[in-house]
Amino acid sequence: MTDMSALELLLTAVIALVLLSAIFGAILGFAAIRFKVEGNPLVDQIDALLPQTQCGQCGHPGCRPYAQAIIDEGEAINHCPPGGQATINALANLLDIPAPELDEEHGEEAEVKTVAYIREAECIGCTKCIVACPVDAILGAAKLMHTVIAVECTGCDLCVEPCPVDCIDMLPVPGELADWHWSTPRSSVELLKKPGIIATDRHGDVAA
Amino acid sequence: MALQRITSPHMHAAQTTQRVMQLLLLATVPGLIALSWHFGWGSLINIAIASVTALVCEASIVALRKRPVWFYLHDCSALVTAVLIGLALPPLVPWWVVVVGTAFAIIIAKHLYGGMGYNPFNPAMVGYVVLLISFPIEMTTWPVAQSILPEGKVLPGLGESLQIVFQFSGTAIDGYTAATPLDSFKHSSGLLVEQFYDQNVWFVNGRWAGAGWEWVNLGFFAGGCFLLYQRVFTWHAPVAMLTTLTIMAWLNYDGGSSGSHGPATLHLLSGATMLGAFFIVTDPVTSAVSNRGRLIYGALTGILIFVIRAWGNYPDAVAFAVLLMNFAAPFIDYYTLPRTYGHDKRNRGTATLDASKQDTAKKD
Amino acid sequence: MKKTWDIHGGIHPPENKSQSLQRAISNVPMPDVLILPLNQHIGASALPLVKPGDTVLKGQMIAEPNGFISAAVHAPTSGTIAAIEERPISHPSGMSAPCIVLHSDGDERWVEGPPPADYQSLSPAQLLTIIRDAGITGMGGAGFPTAVKLQPRQSIDTLIINATECEPYITADDILIRERTEDIVTGIDILAHILGRPEQILIGIEDNKAEAYEALEPLLKDTAIELVEFPTKYPSGGEKQVIQILTGQEVPSGKLPAELGIVCQNVGTVYAIFRAVCKGEPLVSRITTVTGNSCRTPGNYEVLIGTPAVHLLTAAGFDEFLCQRLILGGPMTGYTLNDLSAPVIKSTNCLLAADAAESPQQGIPQACIRCGHCAEVCPAKLLPQQLFWYARSKDYDKLAAYHLGDCIECGACSYVCPSEIPLVQYYRAAKAEIRVMEQENIAADRSRQRFEYHQERLAKAEQEKIAKREARKKAAEQAKLSAQDNENIDTEDTDVVAAALARVRSSKPSPEEEHKRLQRAVMAAESRLAKARANHELCAADDPRRASREATLEQARLRHNEAVEQLTRHTDSNDTSKEQQNHTAEIPARTQHQNQNQNQDTVALDRAQLAIEQAQQRAAQQAEMSAQEKLQLQCDSLRKRLAKARDRLKQAESDADDNIEAYATAVTKLEDKLAVRQAEVEQGLAKTPAESDS
Repeated sequence: MTDMSALELLLTAVIALVLLSAIFGAILGFAAIRFKVEGNPLVDQIDALLPQTQCGQCGHPGCRPYAQAIIDEGEAINHCPPGGQATINALANLLDIPAPELDEEHGEEAEVKTVAYIREAECIGCTKCIVACPVDAILGAAKLMHTVIAVECTGCDLCVEPCPVDCIDMLPVPGELADWHWSTPRSSVELLKKPGIIATDRHGDVAA
Repeated sequence: MALQRITSPHMHAAQTTQRVMQLLLLATVPGLIALSWHFGWGSLINIAIASVTALVCEASIVALRKRPVWFYLHDCSALVTAVLIGLALPPLVPWWVVVVGTAFAIIIAKHLYGGMGYNPFNPAMVGYVVLLISFPIEMTTWPVAQSILPEGKVLPGLGESLQIVFQFSGTAIDGYTAATPLDSFKHSSGLLVEQFYDQNVWFVNGRWAGAGWEWVNLGFFAGGCFLLYQRVFTWHAPVAMLTTLTIMAWLNYDGGSSGSHGPATLHLLSGATMLGAFFIVTDPVTSAVSNRGRLIYGALTGILIFVIRAWGNYPDAVAFAVLLMNFAAPFIDYYTLPRTYGHDKRNRGTATLDASKQDTAKKD
Repeated sequence: MKKTWDIHGGIHPPENKSQSLQRAISNVPMPDVLILPLNQHIGASALPLVKPGDTVLKGQMIAEPNGFISAAVHAPTSGTIAAIEERPISHPSGMSAPCIVLHSDGDERWVEGPPPADYQSLSPAQLLTIIRDAGITGMGGAGFPTAVKLQPRQSIDTLIINATECEPYITADDILIRERTEDIVTGIDILAHILGRPEQILIGIEDNKAEAYEALEPLLKDTAIELVEFPTKYPSGGEKQVIQILTGQEVPSGKLPAELGIVCQNVGTVYAIFRAVCKGEPLVSRITTVTGNSCRTPGNYEVLIGTPAVHLLTAAGFDEFLCQRLILGGPMTGYTLNDLSAPVIKSTNCLLAADAAESPQQGIPQACIRCGHCAEVCPAKLLPQQLFWYARSKDYDKLAAYHLGDCIECGACSYVCPSEIPLVQYYRAAKAEIRVMEQENIAADRSRQRFEYHQERLAKAEQEKIAKREARKKAAEQAKLSAQDNENIDTEDTDVVAAALARVRSSKPSPEEEHKRLQRAVMAAESRLAKARANHELCAADDPRRASREATLEQARLRHNEAVEQLTRHTDSNDTSKEQQNHTAEIPARTQHQNQNQNQDTVALDRAQLAIEQAQQRAAQQAEMSAQEKLQLQCDSLRKRLAKARDRLKQAESDADDNIEAYATAVTKLEDKLAVRQAEVEQGLAKTPAESDS
């Protein structure tokens, strides 16, 4: 082998590498343009996962501002008590980060869904709750009795504090026959740990 | 609702997991008898040691996991693993080999992956392969069959077998061992098949697949047929495996030249073929789930067995082939989803999921 | 012999049909009380037409359909309406629902109605009205209003009568065919008439009903109706399955059979239609199988809708001590009944009182061993074990991808599962959770929209205010300019400017009035300031509201200063020319007014922010506290609110406010609440030492 051939070898290698990178670069570039994913902006996707109670427990005036803050300010995703762990998991899944526990500084996950209820006899028509409601779910006018549109109420309880006569209660949503459904069966581990439950179960199933 | 209600159906078929396992144990009996008849007490001792080890391991792991021991022991799945290991190991193998293999199978291959129903690899085969790689000498020392022992010599009795297994009085197994038919055939280079068959002591006494071995395999075949009849598993995987193995052997058989990989009968009736086909490949936990998937799974296992036997380093290949296919099982499942009633297209793992994701994205 | 197709999978459970076929259909003695749920069907609840105390006749409509998908309810016998109230109903939940309770008088007096006409002479629309008015729903189990099902948008070329009855134990359809064969054939003809004589009319029947087959066959000789027998297999009787067996077609997922030009009706429904059209009787009774080892005389009974289950069971010799499980419907798809007073409804085809041998207790499920038996028996060709994994891990995307929605909940998978996993319950729970999630998503979307509108509205209001302010500023400047112009130049525009000025002048208050107004403003600001001060002092040093009080106080002070300044300026400028003075006084006054508005806005915003912060602080504190401390905290906050309310009340008294009473009740309410909390706290305190002692 001469020096000449070593140089040739080097040249060939360099040229080959350059060519290869050019070709693959072109392919990648083409693919990036051709198969570009038109995704939703991340804020919209996060907002879609939030429960939309607009309760402000996260420290932001509404769900969308919180979504914005998660993106812009890197706000933690575990500040939403109404959404609870399910929302945190969904957010973590979306953002591809490990799911933290709910930050209890912002409140606890409610066990039952509630709606605001105005004791109408006591309402003095001050409109303070109407101003406070983030989803305009309270109807009424000054000096006239107010009422809550129960189906639109998100249960955020922002209206309770401003009421001067304390006539707003947060009532649990009653369970209805139409809402009833089978619950997920207990796992065998649970059943084995608490055999007593099965016994009462069976007792319950024998006709009364 | 305070009380949990029992949902329909309110009837249940007689088949339970426990019964399935018991049937499996029962189905190994013909093969076990053949093994014991031809190779002595070794397999029975193997099974006894493996069973005790498996039950102890299972019980302690379950206790460590703070679960009720009896509930997990009485499904007999640990026993099945133990019996399969006992059957697969060479008779008269030292006791510690059995213990190590079984413990590895139960503790690592089964419980570390989540226990019954969650293990991706067949525990018995994992245990077997671990032993094969770790202790190649012990694992390839098979006794010769009763029928081909020299005149006047008999296989060791129960007492002597126990002494050999537990390595008490220096009684060596050496006097009784020989390379297995598959092993002998693999190293028969230079001879035509006919010549080799006429010379080798295995084949002089067992023209199909070696003395004793053909009966052992027929025993397992019988047990498999019993399980099929009992509808413990479907025919798909074993039939596919045996079919492809036969086809591969037939395609590669050139009429008996010196480079031949052996006739189909040799492949079907020697080694662990039938044990594999009816007791290993049919393991529901680690195989494909749909019938179509099982056909593919079985067929590929059969091909792999032949490939490793013919061109690999090991004379037998069932364990390796099965483990390799265990890897592939989820993949096969992914592409063999059935077409649901009322849908035009067969489900495709990736396609369906992407489509559903796009749907949700659109909704958003 | 017509070709039949096979369905995928299926099982062959023990049939157990012979027990209830030993005797003919028998009657049940009249019960004293009948309970008629307002919702016995799929769709909206019926609206009651009667009130407690009313006397009704047999067959009288006592509740009318509410909307298109709904069904009427009729009095099954004559008597008086005792009540309309919540009663336990036949439902898997065991919950109560509104029912009409009827006390029978035992007379069975029928309501007078028009005599039934020959159905051949009636139009399909008229017949549909009869069926709808008769309150007929699917009798096979689902209970979909029949009239709705019989008016599809598509044209129908195949009518299928489902006489499969594939579930074990149930024989109601079988015996109905045997005993009332002719009526059923007439019923089928009525259906054919309504659907415009479809090309194919098929009766699908399993080969285990030989007697029913033989009874039907001779009657069908000269008709267009074809009787098709096929091998017994569960669940051949599902609508989708029977369609596949008889036509080889699959109902597309999420679609109705009508899209294939097929209508499928149950034999029981056909019989009910016959009664309604040819006898003029609405749906007031049905054939129900009462069977199981806990019944001494199992059989089929003609029973009035609304009969309590216990009454029917007694008639069949029910032994309560033998009964392990009381199942409403068949053993494969039925549900357990806990309350024996629950009534028989339109879709109750079977009451199964099973003893321990028939319905053994469910074992504890073992791990899934992926044996695949479930996939082999699934009639919908699903992969039940995959669905089980995903249902357990609540992976709803995967569940959708594996077509959970196509599961017909037939129970074949659970039946064969060697590990006794309650697969069907997993699917039912997962389906319901998916539905709930969808509803929640819809609700969330709506509140998102409402929140956005709310924000938009606030932003718009804000902008309008700014715009108005700008406009006023401009107008003022304009006026000033034009006033100067007016003095200097006499142009052609003078008239216009003069007119505008006149308008401005007329709308402007005189300087005296302006002065007074400003004085009032100062006074108001003073009082506000005083109030803010009082509030501020009232507020304890550690009160979280202190900050906001301070802010309010500061603002009040500023505003007061401003007002005073303006007043002085106004007094000073009183000497200058009238017009000018008017302008100068007005502008600052207006700006002040505007500023005030603006301030109020910012204050409102600040308040919202503060409320949020306070809520956060509270929550943070609560998170760290024990239940006891939480209670204590709640007490404290109540006490504060009470103090606030008392102040308000006092002030209201001094101002002679209209709302004194409301304030007073608020105070008492709060006092009550506080007392309750305090009692809880004390209780907790009493408990805690006790606990620490033990």
